[in-house]
Amino acid sequence: MNLVARLKQQLFRWRSDGTAPLRLGQRRIFIIPSRAGLLYAVALIVMLIGAINYNLALGHALVFLLAGLGIVGMIHTFRNLHGLVVTPGRSNPVFVGERAHFELRLDNDRPTPRLALELAAEEGLPVFAATEGRKGTRSSIPVTATHRGWLALPRVRLSTGYPLGLFTAWAYLQPSMRCLVYPQPIASPLPPALPTPVGGERTGDGGQEDFAGFRDRQPADSPRHVAWKASARHAGEGPLLIKQFAGGAQLQLSLDWQATEPGLSAETRLSILTGWVLAADTADACYGLRLPGYAIEPGSGEAHRQRCLEALALYQP
Amino acid sequence: MSTLVRDALPRHAAPWLFATALATTAPHALHQPPWLTALAGAMLLWAVWLWWKDVRLPGRWLLAIFVAVGCTGILIEFRTLFGRDAGVAMLVMFMTMKLLEVKSRRDAMVVVILGYFLLLTHYLYSQSIPTGLWLLATMWLITASLVRLHSGPTSQPRDTLRHAGVLCLQAIPFMLVLYLLFPRISGPLWGLPLDAHSGRTGLSDSMSPGSIAELVQSADIAFRVRFDGPLPPKQKLYWRGPVMEQFDGTTWNPYKGRGRAPQLTGLSPPVTYETTLEPHGQRWLLALDAPSSVPGDILLTGTLTATNREAINERQRFRLSANLDYRFNTSEDATVLRRNLTLPSGSNPRTRSLASQWQAGNSPEAILGKALTLFASEFTYTLRPPLLGRDGVDDFLFQSKRGFCEHYAAAFVVLMRSAGIPARVIGGYQGGEFNPLDGYLVVRQSDAHAWAEVWLDRLGWVRVDPTAAVSPSRIETGIADALDLGEPLPALVQWRADWVLTLRYRWEAINNAWNQNILGYDPQRQREFLSRLGMPEADWRSLATALGITCSLLVASLLMWTLYQRPQRDPVVRLWHQALRHLARRQVDCAPWETPLVVARRVREQCPELAEAFQPVVDAYLVARYGDNDQALTTLRDAVAQLR
Repeated sequence: MNLVARLKQQLFRWRSDGTAPLRLGQRRIFIIPSRAGLLYAVALIVMLIGAINYNLALGHALVFLLAGLGIVGMIHTFRNLHGLVVTPGRSNPVFVGERAHFELRLDNDRPTPRLALELAAEEGLPVFAATEGRKGTRSSIPVTATHRGWLALPRVRLSTGYPLGLFTAWAYLQPSMRCLVYPQPIASPLPPALPTPVGGERTGDGGQEDFAGFRDRQPADSPRHVAWKASARHAGEGPLLIKQFAGGAQLQLSLDWQATEPGLSAETRLSILTGWVLAADTADACYGLRLPGYAIEPGSGEAHRQRCLEALALYQP
Repeated sequence: MSTLVRDALPRHAAPWLFATALATTAPHALHQPPWLTALAGAMLLWAVWLWWKDVRLPGRWLLAIFVAVGCTGILIEFRTLFGRDAGVAMLVMFMTMKLLEVKSRRDAMVVVILGYFLLLTHYLYSQSIPTGLWLLATMWLITASLVRLHSGPTSQPRDTLRHAGVLCLQAIPFMLVLYLLFPRISGPLWGLPLDAHSGRTGLSDSMSPGSIAELVQSADIAFRVRFDGPLPPKQKLYWRGPVMEQFDGTTWNPYKGRGRAPQLTGLSPPVTYETTLEPHGQRWLLALDAPSSVPGDILLTGTLTATNREAINERQRFRLSANLDYRFNTSEDATVLRRNLTLPSGSNPRTRSLASQWQAGNSPEAILGKALTLFASEFTYTLRPPLLGRDGVDDFLFQSKRGFCEHYAAAFVVLMRSAGIPARVIGGYQGGEFNPLDGYLVVRQSDAHAWAEVWLDRLGWVRVDPTAAVSPSRIETGIADALDLGEPLPALVQWRADWVLTLRYRWEAINNAWNQNILGYDPQRQREFLSRLGMPEADWRSLATALGITCSLLVASLLMWTLYQRPQRDPVVRLWHQALRHLARRQVDCAPWETPLVVARRVREQCPELAEAFQPVVDAYLVARYGDNDQALTTLRDAVAQLR
């Protein structure tokens, strides 16, 4: 950590706040004049010179009233943050590339409203919030997810210019909140279904028995599934073709790390697996997930899907 | 709920900006050229129309053309882009044109700050109480626009106005402290533009027929006086202005030289008074005849005119004293006497022949008496005399015989000079109106007057007022009684019903207090105020310290209110705790963390006779706390009240 960063950390007390509700005290709130505030100050000085030059008694009074207004505005801006209670809320998992939303609850125990509160995660878009008197409000802070795994909420800047915009007051919040980020799904054809172990009227190779046609080969497809004969018919003109099958009944799939092409990077393979999980879930299949050293028994439903995605998100190759 | 913040101007903020622009520019229509008002109005209407129809704002090049046209117009009209009037015109134009390019909040801030700036420019034209009140209201409006710009999309107009009002009210203590303690600097910091003091009325330093009669039709206040002792009798209240010794046949002018120092012998104890002069753009003061002692920076000329170093362009206060009975220059320079005997050759032959008839064998006093008798016998006092020809005094004395003080004074002096008595015309004011409410004597332009002064052996210069011979009531009660009804006097001077007078006295007393204490708070008054506070020799450093301490105290008290305000508990919880305290008095022990239902059960076990009354409290509390019912709070309050 370089000196400037360390200094900033000392100065602004950047540290985790834990999960407990946090009440903003005066030591957490910083305030400086905004650009509009500086313009206002310059205007006041020019006005004062004018009032002196033309000996305008009421001009003096106006300038002094405006100066007083500036001071009062500063105190009110500070007050707009002071005593606000921030409670971390929840966040729903997202896929890489999507925007994660961290929910913060802002509670106002004062009878007067707090308006124009801006919340922004570092380098994120600001969101606007306001609370009525003695009410709370929820705010969800968007953060773009760039990596799979746990995404911690970056330091949040809670700022306000209300009521006059001549000063900006802000506080840094760092509640320990994290959001699970699933790998970015890559849409690719599902691997062939397994022979159904359960008996019944359906026997043999399950989903593979109803030939549904050909389609272009994707890099994720195993060479074993290439329809060589069909591809040979127009060799050199088009890509290799893959036979497609459609199962009439519930498919039983094993989404296996080994089934993805070994030459691809681990992240891409995880993305392919993620795409399979989503496709399998959409197809209402019964699917299991196999990663090196980790396996999830076949199953289906929302909880199963989440379990599989979580495993993919947190997998350490 | 949360939404994304945009820096774009919220649509509902625009009407506030239009109102700001209108309120700050409209009063300038009173004194700016009509084409500029029309241009500004058109710009404003255009901006409103574009907003109403939600049409895109005009491009930069179009605005640039408008700015160029506007600046050219101002340049042609005022011949400059700077100075008071041109500067204000530029600000008005920029304000309305800025509305046509307000896209973001930053643009809107420029409009608001320009609005505050324009407020100041109104004081260049008037600092009266109504202006002050109007500007206070406008300041509130502009502040509301500022609040609206920063309060986000959910705010309501009523809340915005209320917040702005609270902010303005809280700023007032700061204003008062700064107004009293901020080190005052007097006078301009640099040369004022030429038009800084335009539009002043008052006595001019020369007199030609009609000049005073015109002035008398104005009810404007010329000056106010407060005597240290009792008010002198009204017929002695001659306020001496310019002394006019030179006559070219139509116009009387003062002699420009300074003359030797006057010799004044007081025959009665001097009276002292403080006069507050309205700006009249001249150097001379209006001093009670005869001024005996004047402040150091005022010069008494040889003709006993109190003269300031610079033209009086601000309302100014002077402490002066006067001898009501006096001998002035009993020995006079021969050159001065000769000057006061000179008449343009060949003019007014009939007057001259009349005077030379009188001169034969009569003493100067007797000649004086003849002239005054002539005036008293056949002349009429009127503000609307007929026009006079080239030999004005002849026409007046022998034909029209109707005139105003300036005619009498001029004719009298011409008569005296023709008869060999040195004489001159004095311009000034006579009388005044005493306001019993604040003890000030108010002298208006309608009290403007001209009289004569003759030099007699052993007596020196003696005041003679020929108007008094024609119309004694002019001197004894005032001009309104001296004139017939229907003469063109200002209504203010003519209406003399009791209740009108009382109202007017009150209004003028308020205005005077405003002028003396608020507008007249200058470096000198500040020193007086501070010495009363126990800081007799306050320099800017001690002022800055006092200012710093007071402002810090104000900020600290506001901060205390912010920081140490106990978080107010929800009224529902407060009522519940009230109910629990009631239970504790009845020896039912409940821990604070126990849920309402547990408490209810405990009450049923430990104090069954209370259970019936307590159950509604529990029900109402649960609904009020966790339900969604506006009536629940009232129900709970009633239920808690039932417990006792």
